[in-house]
Amino acid sequence: MSGHFSAVFFVLALLAAIVALKVKDLLAAAVVLSLFSFLVALLYVSLGAVDVGFNESVLGAGVTGILFVIAIFNTRRRSRD
Amino acid sequence: MIRPKETIITDHVVRVMVPFIQIFAFYVIFHGHYSPGGGFQGGALLAGSVLLQRVVLGAERSQIGFPTRLGIPFGALGILIYAGVGFLAMLDGGNYLQYDHLPFGMTPVYLRNTGILLVEIGVAFAVTGTLVSIYDDLVNFERRDDQAEMHSAGSREDA
Repeated sequence: MSGHFSAVFFVLALLAAIVALKVKDLLAAAVVLSLFSFLVALLYVSLGAVDVGFNESVLGAGVTGILFVIAIFNTRRRSRD
Repeated sequence: MIRPKETIITDHVVRVMVPFIQIFAFYVIFHGHYSPGGGFQGGALLAGSVLLQRVVLGAERSQIGFPTRLGIPFGALGILIYAGVGFLAMLDGGNYLQYDHLPFGMTPVYLRNTGILLVEIGVAFAVTGTLVSIYDDLVNFERRDDQAEMHSAGSREDA
């Protein structure tokens, strides 16, 4: 039962990771990376590790996405010195 | 520079969602010993609700919920609760964090329950304060940088 679900989540997470690597826009890459984190969290939950999945969905999909966006807004194209 | 965009949809969605996220975070903290979750996850959820306000409502309006200056003291208070529970157990002759030696006058089973709950609350405070202060430092980093740049440009004009 849960084996099918975990296979689906695994393939989707792999696709999301490849998209996050290939996409040019950094903001889009950050968003796809938090989608990847959420899919990995679903994978953990479907494999029975509810605690780890909870952690991953809160930190990986929520806080890390916000921190990546802030880091992107803090960078500039050219260095200052 | 990030400038706020006034959209009523995100504003209202966040204002409705944040109390529910916080209630769920407290549920996760206080039921950490019977169900998945615990201090770390609950604290991360609390920090997530504060960060959601910071991102959507802007830096000024989100100060009402959780002021920037409270971040580090909140985290330090959490560490103090954790270490305090540990050392209270040592005062009564137990080991560090040996819950059944806590001087609260209950049966050892309830003492373990209460001790785990107190430690979870400490962990939640520490995680909340630290995550929010990491975000605030990252945002203010840019502002401090711009001021330094303006300052150095001004001094260059003087020279």
